[in-house]
Amino acid sequence: MHPAPSVIFFTVFSGLGFGLLTWLGLGYPSVTGWTAFAFFAIAYAMAVGGLLSSTFHLGRPERAIKAFTQWRSSWLSREAWCAVGALVAMGLYGAGLVFLGERYSLLGIIGAALSMATVFTTSMIYTQLKTIPRWNMPVTPVKFLSLSLAGGALLSGQVTAALVLLIIAGAVQLLTWSMGDKALAASGTDMASATGLGGIGKVRAFEPPHTGTNYLLREFVHEIGRKHSQKLRIISLVLMVALPVILLALPFSHFLALLAVISHVAGVLTARWLFFAEAEHVVGLYYGKR
Amino acid sequence: MTTLPTQTDKKLGLVIDLDTCVGCHACVISCKGWNTENYGAPLSDQNAYGADNSGTFLNRVHSFEVQPEAADAAAQLIHFPKSCLHCEDAPCVTVCPTGASYKRVEDGIVLVNESDCIGCGLCAWACPYGARELDQAEGVMKKCTLCVDRIYNENLPEEDRQPACVRTCPAGARHFGDLGDPDSDVSKLVAERGGMDLMPEQGTKPVNKYLPPRPKDAMPEFDVLAPFLEPVAQEPKGFLGWLDKTLEKL
Repeated sequence: MHPAPSVIFFTVFSGLGFGLLTWLGLGYPSVTGWTAFAFFAIAYAMAVGGLLSSTFHLGRPERAIKAFTQWRSSWLSREAWCAVGALVAMGLYGAGLVFLGERYSLLGIIGAALSMATVFTTSMIYTQLKTIPRWNMPVTPVKFLSLSLAGGALLSGQVTAALVLLIIAGAVQLLTWSMGDKALAASGTDMASATGLGGIGKVRAFEPPHTGTNYLLREFVHEIGRKHSQKLRIISLVLMVALPVILLALPFSHFLALLAVISHVAGVLTARWLFFAEAEHVVGLYYGKR
Repeated sequence: MTTLPTQTDKKLGLVIDLDTCVGCHACVISCKGWNTENYGAPLSDQNAYGADNSGTFLNRVHSFEVQPEAADAAAQLIHFPKSCLHCEDAPCVTVCPTGASYKRVEDGIVLVNESDCIGCGLCAWACPYGARELDQAEGVMKKCTLCVDRIYNENLPEEDRQPACVRTCPAGARHFGDLGDPDSDVSKLVAERGGMDLMPEQGTKPVNKYLPPRPKDAMPEFDVLAPFLEPVAQEPKGFLGWLDKTLEKL
């Protein structure tokens, strides 16, 4: 799949933003006034910034409001509702903390649940696609949720929780890679089933239908950078999990915590680039590209 | 609503004969010609006369080489037209967040209401066949309409009321009809020739069927005349033999 910067930015920062909102909604840290304002400003900048970024990959962003209509069948539509619900609930809860110094804990819990629901619906947009076996696995939503909670814990300064959750998220990430590497072969979709010609013999793509490129090749048959995927996996895991864990395990200082956050974000961005770049869409089989 | 109908009155679709297709791409051109000036936005091209040209097409013809297992069997070249298969369980429809994608209850055609399409591309992601292409000029998703503006069009002569690709195919490799009716010509053709689904394991239940290439016949051995066709003289004899040896010695 084409690793579009707008979609990588969207999934990474909305995941972090809604992860932070989840912890704030549950009262960790229990802050009020200007401190609360700072925390909520960071969370909203990430969550809303991510959501806005997602509209940049639309062909017709001016009609984006129509994406709210099909919540009965479409995960993308459900994501839109959950995101707005979470932002409204957490906005009211945050206003209470900042301006009234009051913690409406039920509202916070609802907001936290909606924030996690947003991350879950985002992950289901990818998980539901049978055309991309690497994503079409129950472990995909577990990865998005564990990463979001770990990133949220890191941003909200929950050191112990962050340590545990980062290690869990790292383990889940390793699991998705090892399962994902076998997913296309296990799906049973290959050139023989794509063409129906496997009964005659070995099928080879002889001539593509067009001399130039097209939307399908640009969007679905991205193969650049796969040769570095093992190195990038190690780099992303070190930045995303190993380095922040070491920095958090040292005696706490705000500077080390900031370094841990920067390292984590860089690691998640790398891992998310790989999530798209490594994903094999079965349409590539018609072009002999798998 | 982007939920799928539980069943459709008809299952209009195409039957494509892989044995007959000659790979001339006439269906590609007639499709683009009709659909760029009729239903919905035109099918745009980008940099059409430059080196890195690309454009939107609803129908494309791949060519595959199939090498049979038997050592002496010759490879076969099979031309493979591919367009929307108007799946019964169309994954492109249910993922649509706006309701722009839908499957018609009356005839099963899968269409895009372009004025509702936000161009998110998710339906193209969900389609295993690459049947949907996002038009780069219009920013909306384009796909085969089964020429919905031809097949019911009473302003056209009756013989033209079929999809442009079917009407134009010079080899008769494309057939159009109701695959939900077991007595239709296309259904009989599918039954007779063992019509198949593409990627059945994806669970899309495509309406369009592909007829596999017929088995190739083998060239029989002609032993009757063969003995008489053996070369008579392996080594030159007589005068030519003497000449050959003499010239060799020089």
